[in-house]
Amino acid sequence: MPNPTSISDLRSPISQSHAPVELLRFNTCGSVDDGKSTLIGRLLYDSKSLMEDQIEALERSADLTGGGQINLANLTDGLRAEREQGITIDVAYRYFATPRRKFIVADTPGHVQYTRNMVTGASTANLSIVLVDARQGVIEQSRRHTYIASLLRIPHLVIAINKMDLVDWSEQRYLEIRTEFEKFLPLLDIRDVKFIPLSALNGDNVVDPSQHTPWYVGPTLLGHLETVHIASDLNLHGFRLPVQWVNRPNNPTNKALHDFRGLSGQLASGIVKVGQKVMILPSGQRSTVKVIWTYDGTRQEAFCPQSVTLQLEHDLDVSRGDMIVGLDALPGMGTDLHAKVCWMNSKPLQKGRKYFLKHTTQTVQAVITAIESKININNYDVQAEPAELALNDIGEIRIKTAKPLIYDGYNTNRMTGSFILIEQGTNATVAAGMLLPPLETVKPEYNDFAI
Amino acid sequence: MNSYHLDHLQYLETEAIHIMREVAAEFERPALLFSGGKDSICLLRLAEKAFRPSEIPMPFLNVETGHEFPELIEFRDRRAKELGAKLIVRTVDQALANGSAVQAPGEISRNKLQIPVLLGAIEEFRFDCAIGGARRDEEKARAKERFFSFRDAFGQWDPKNQRPEIWNLYNGRLNAGENMRVFPLSNWTEMDVWEYIKAEKLEVPNIYFSHTRDCFRRGGQWLPVPPMPTDPAKADPYAGARPTAKEPVKSLVVRVRTIADMISTGMIESPANTVEDIIGEVSAARVTERGTRADDKASEAAMEDRKKAGYF
Repeated sequence: MPNPTSISDLRSPISQSHAPVELLRFNTCGSVDDGKSTLIGRLLYDSKSLMEDQIEALERSADLTGGGQINLANLTDGLRAEREQGITIDVAYRYFATPRRKFIVADTPGHVQYTRNMVTGASTANLSIVLVDARQGVIEQSRRHTYIASLLRIPHLVIAINKMDLVDWSEQRYLEIRTEFEKFLPLLDIRDVKFIPLSALNGDNVVDPSQHTPWYVGPTLLGHLETVHIASDLNLHGFRLPVQWVNRPNNPTNKALHDFRGLSGQLASGIVKVGQKVMILPSGQRSTVKVIWTYDGTRQEAFCPQSVTLQLEHDLDVSRGDMIVGLDALPGMGTDLHAKVCWMNSKPLQKGRKYFLKHTTQTVQAVITAIESKININNYDVQAEPAELALNDIGEIRIKTAKPLIYDGYNTNRMTGSFILIEQGTNATVAAGMLLPPLETVKPEYNDFAI
Repeated sequence: MNSYHLDHLQYLETEAIHIMREVAAEFERPALLFSGGKDSICLLRLAEKAFRPSEIPMPFLNVETGHEFPELIEFRDRRAKELGAKLIVRTVDQALANGSAVQAPGEISRNKLQIPVLLGAIEEFRFDCAIGGARRDEEKARAKERFFSFRDAFGQWDPKNQRPEIWNLYNGRLNAGENMRVFPLSNWTEMDVWEYIKAEKLEVPNIYFSHTRDCFRRGGQWLPVPPMPTDPAKADPYAGARPTAKEPVKSLVVRVRTIADMISTGMIESPANTVEDIIGEVSAARVTERGTRADDKASEAAMEDRKKAGYF
């Protein structure tokens, strides 16, 4: 028996605790008919995140379609109408909360521009949900979505095997699909994968456990979203602070403020402590952290991704685009870069083209010196030395920049390992880039200024 | 491990501070849109957190329709002064007088007229960026808005041609005449805003709290009865926005949930006296926030009412 939730259930007041809660960002990947809209609708509906005006709109549409069955996909109707009008909206964001967590959902409509959209939506996600139609099993798109999740290094992946009701809740079918995935997952770099059999339409294993899957002992989808361990996703290894803004009050009437010189930014990784020795790159000058200043008072330490203002022992020439790093784990530095890129513009990427490259807090001129390969993300085949990368293509390229970047491999640091390319003239954002690890890192004796 | 942990408000805060600093660093002449409403109050605190102990490196800008709640204006002016910020106010009245805005016949609301005033101010002060307090959870169209929302030389937003926004790498590059709208609260919900106001002990205008007010029913909303004209020689700025004989005035215990101006703000009946009360109310609320905004309601309804009433 399907379990359509009665509308009257939803009208009970929500009990919500206001204790500090964690935030989980996830994105949903699916093609047009796999029930993605229904799944998001179901999550919002069953977690009682919908307002009365939205529920009334659903009721009206249920009356229209007859049978009293609520069409949860209508919650994303706005998006569908836009698609019908030929408007491409790449990512829409939705918000809901349970007493345990707040959620930001990047909802990417599945159509032609899929790769670009999914890269955008996934770039900030802790978790990706790849939807699979149980009748179809692993299709080309499943391999593509899984590849992108791996490319973007999303820490957690959920394979939601949807429409289980249409395969008679067959455990064997579930296991077949799981086995198919497990054949190619080892080719990818994914740390945590969870398989969940469900029916978004009927709500089985979405918020409430299903009676139809006694053979499945894992959590429901929402249960998993609420409990998946994300605290250790924070990158606390190797202190990096890209300098965003130099904070100089220049206040002539206040002596303390007159001499205040702070370096403001958001930690890209690691932990910084008062008294810690740091290096400023690219100059290589060294100093010690004197004060960690925040509006709420000074701190003894700060960690990624907090935003702080550092005061150093020495009055050094530091400006936006420089990076303050810990001495224990030094980054790479250079102008010859090797990266994977996802191309996002209808004008293809070609060798010799010049772009602006924005990396952390600096924007530099860059030229494409080589296109080494193109990856077929449907079967993972690699094509060597393609002539160009077209819209939605992913490949490896070499870039030369006018100024050195201070960077890490994207595999160890999503913040200092990522960049975008900007077309000169139109200023369009044309590529998302992921740097490969530097061949060598800055040496501690790089610049032995006696300080 | 546990001490290295951000809760959701701290996460939203550091994301917004990062965006504020990107604006200060990448734009030559940014402005911060400050109305005195709850969202822009959060923006001010985020600006303090981003830039102190320096001055906030951008002026505040507000566009007045001329129908503002006096409490809001008083609060706006006082806060700007307390923060030592330069406040620039441009009004629909000025724009109507100099012809840069034209009121459509029969239209009472000046909501749309704010657009030419804002664009005029951007041109007058050559602002290349305006920071606003809009949130993606407010309505469907906003769900697709970027943090850095590019506007062409005519101030237009082209949803078909938005720049992809990847990681926290915001592309703020502009050509002459173009400008950027930046929304640091994009990922905040109505609840987040109130929880932040509570956590930061932020002052908000008293019309957010329960008070007694004369209201009348129009378009399915309780609208406030506008103040009486002060200058009988001038045309009534609230002509058309006063209750008719068929719209009896009631004294109600109300507050605002979201503020536009007096013509466009539906009052909600509420006993909420404190921020905690409001948080309780929002968590139990069964209607979306914008449901109390007359300016967002299907315009057919407002039009229908005016026709029924026989105005103009």
